[in-house]
Amino acid sequence: MSQRRGWKRWLLALATLHGIVACAGFFAPYDPAEQDRERPYLPPMKIYLVDAQGQFHFRPFFYAVQLRNGSFDQFEESSDQAIPLRFFVTGARYRLLGFVPSHVHLFGAQPNRIYLLGTDAYGRDQFSRILYGGQISLLAGVLGTGLTLFFGVLIGATAGYYGGWRDGVLMRAAELFVALPWLYLLFALRAFLPLAVSPVQAFFLIILVIGAVGWARPARLVRGVVLSARERDFVRAARGFGATDGYLLRRHVLPETSSVILTQAAILVPQFVLAEMTLSFLGLGVPEPVPSWGNLLVSLQQYSVLVSYWWMYVPALVIVPFFLVYLGLASALQQDASAAKIERTTGGGRW
Amino acid sequence: MVRMARMARVSTFGRLLGCGLLLAGAGIFSRPANGFPPQASSSVELLTLPGEIGKRGGRLVVSLRAEPKTLNPLTAADAPSREVILGAMQADLIHINRATQLTEPALAKSWKVSADGLQYTLTLREGLRFSDGQPLDADDVLFTLRVYLDESVHATQRDQLIVGGKPLAVRKVDAQTVVFQLAKTYGAGERLFDGLAILPRHLLEKPYAEGKLSQAWTLATPANQWAGLGPFRLKEYVAGQKLVLERNPYYWKEDTKGNRLPYVDELVFLFVPNADAQVLQFQSGETDLISRLGAENFSVLSRQQRGYTMSDAGPGLEYNFLFFNLNEPGEKTSPDLARKMKWFREVRFRQAISAAIDRDAIVRLVYQGRGAALWGPVTPGNHRWANSSIPHPARSLEKARALLKEGGFTWASGPNGEPELVDSDAKAVEFSILSSSSNADRTKMATLIQDDLKQLGMRAQVVPMEFRSLIDRITQTKEYDACVLGLVSFDADPTPDLNVWLSRGGTHLWNPSQSHPGTAWEAEIDSLMQQQLAAPSYEQRKRAFDRVQQILAENQPMIFLASPDILVGAKNSVGNFHPAVLEPYVLWNVEQLYFKNTAENARR
Repeated sequence: MSQRRGWKRWLLALATLHGIVACAGFFAPYDPAEQDRERPYLPPMKIYLVDAQGQFHFRPFFYAVQLRNGSFDQFEESSDQAIPLRFFVTGARYRLLGFVPSHVHLFGAQPNRIYLLGTDAYGRDQFSRILYGGQISLLAGVLGTGLTLFFGVLIGATAGYYGGWRDGVLMRAAELFVALPWLYLLFALRAFLPLAVSPVQAFFLIILVIGAVGWARPARLVRGVVLSARERDFVRAARGFGATDGYLLRRHVLPETSSVILTQAAILVPQFVLAEMTLSFLGLGVPEPVPSWGNLLVSLQQYSVLVSYWWMYVPALVIVPFFLVYLGLASALQQDASAAKIERTTGGGRW
Repeated sequence: MVRMARMARVSTFGRLLGCGLLLAGAGIFSRPANGFPPQASSSVELLTLPGEIGKRGGRLVVSLRAEPKTLNPLTAADAPSREVILGAMQADLIHINRATQLTEPALAKSWKVSADGLQYTLTLREGLRFSDGQPLDADDVLFTLRVYLDESVHATQRDQLIVGGKPLAVRKVDAQTVVFQLAKTYGAGERLFDGLAILPRHLLEKPYAEGKLSQAWTLATPANQWAGLGPFRLKEYVAGQKLVLERNPYYWKEDTKGNRLPYVDELVFLFVPNADAQVLQFQSGETDLISRLGAENFSVLSRQQRGYTMSDAGPGLEYNFLFFNLNEPGEKTSPDLARKMKWFREVRFRQAISAAIDRDAIVRLVYQGRGAALWGPVTPGNHRWANSSIPHPARSLEKARALLKEGGFTWASGPNGEPELVDSDAKAVEFSILSSSSNADRTKMATLIQDDLKQLGMRAQVVPMEFRSLIDRITQTKEYDACVLGLVSFDADPTPDLNVWLSRGGTHLWNPSQSHPGTAWEAEIDSLMQQQLAAPSYEQRKRAFDRVQQILAENQPMIFLASPDILVGAKNSVGNFHPAVLEPYVLWNVEQLYFKNTAENARR
């Protein structure tokens, strides 16, 4: 039984990570588009507890950072004034979870500014941008997965259950979709779209693209499961008693696919987050100044950024915990499903 | 000629003319060639260049952003072809010195201008030979002009030679003297001849007679089928990799000690399509010179200087600007765009945007401080033509708001509670700004402007776009709101930019190729530019062009932003390295470049 609870821990970890990103407005100290033109490419600020005199402070503090004279990206700390970090401060207005208006932030240092993960080329807070960027990337991943699985199950179940020419047509279509060179088609598609795509339109476009490309693989998996479930004895028996196709699918066949679908979901979300990042990295994603994990990485296309500002890599590292948790969840689900199968086959007293 | 910065050249329209300042040919004296090449006659009139005395030998390696499309000066329109052909392989009659920005004798050792400014008498150097050893005389010049002016050849220089609506007439006086007859005076005077490569009649007459001239001289042409008058001649071309040129033994310049130039034996152009890859190659020592650097890469290279020196040559002639779609709304214009065009045509709207833009931030954030803020098209790199009385107002959001209010705009409460600018019909002011996706600098400028305008309650969107389709939108379909673009003048003189300022010009970006000037101020600019062409003295021309700059500052058809510095680098072993702010920035004196330590160079 302890094994069966494994996935719940993963789910809790996942909910926490998603919760932080969903409440980005609260955890992020600044608006993601706000520019601090005096401090471009500022390295992450250090948070101290012990000051230059060796004195311990209970309240964490940091030192003000100034541009070194005559330089563009060389900064120096002035250790004469310690600025305490404050919690639950009021700042930029935002909407919590997209609708609750608020202006309370977890931390801040008004009127000074704290940059936990440094700033980008425009002096925008990298930490806030990563949190807000996660909203776009993760939502694209989750919605894209939902769309994909919906089409995948619909098409896979139709093909597997009815078989024959329907199976042939649908599966050849799936193969075609897998084989298409999507990236190049997307570039062509972008040329036909209106000139200025608003962030919202661009976002739904990404989800649509992900859904259109992604359905083929889950459809093939679902088809396989349905194909075998259809021939199971209890399904044949139910059919013999006069059950309709709809009833059989709903009651006996599709439940068989649930573990495949859940595992697929846990695998697909990180994959689609990655897809969003790729699209944005190539300029097909949400436009500036709206952040997403993909367009936060765009500056890494430049050699000078690559060798000069290490904190610009951070958005690439942020996805690591998300990936680990999602993949952990996927394998826990898989184990759980196989355990359940064993229980059912042994406990069911079929022998 | 004007070139869209770092990109394809846009075809030029007829240049008009005038008579320019005259510079007497600098002291030219002939001296016997120092025995090389043996077959050259001893009566060559060489041009003596001042400068460090260099050492012979070595191979100079530079990288090119793209493979040149052709080696034919007639059809070369892309930047790499022009750099290779005009920088190293060909020569003109009269040349603009890239350092002094003044004209100096080249293939013509001297020239005279008639009193009415319509007749130029050029005397060729004696004993000149093409790189294949064939002599050059006035017939080659006549042939060259005939070819350039032949409409069926489609030479890119043809427009430049149509002066006052009539092609340049040329007449041979004797084997060394030619007379050019202009239909109208030409303001820039003998600058007309710069970049006009003189072609070998003995090689090109046959293809011309067969009508195949524009297909001649591709990169695949065998070296013995090709001849030029520049410091280097064709040796080898390796598709996709490199173009190797060798020293032209017949070159007509020498140093003060009487050594024939150029110093280096070989000039190699490597094709490196990516700016970052060019930086890496320079860093690893594979190339000897680097130019067209962005500020970021320049600072990366400066930070770890090993065996090379980076230098900032100061602001060049590139001017970047934001402009709005000021075309007349036509039948095909969407109602949405027609509505926006009403704002754009309001001069106070444009003035407000100009007042709201933080140019210092652009210089600091886009060019890392290596550039200059601009309030007019003439950059600080062009001392002779800048109008110093153009005001440089500091950024002022209050002034911008006051101007918008005067223009009939008001503020309403937007969806998120912030003030939102609305026009007299209560429609929110929203528009998109195009920028070229291949130019990160300009996209960055647009992003900064977007944030500046947000503070006025305007919602602007930045749309990076592939350069070709961007130009297509601006000049053909005219379906756009605003655009950030840059132009690079080839010359400091205002005449080559005629095409930008004349309302009928194809590069008159905000409303190109008009049959009649659409506004009174555009009509005034037209007449001032013509006046500038015909005026006999520099002072008079300057006065006319100063007024043009003033009109531009008042009406803001282009909101000038910033000009980047010319950033270059060279190995410490390269001598006579003096970067210029005119193209070709580092290769303009390629014949004088040499290696201080040829042994080290040979090891490579």
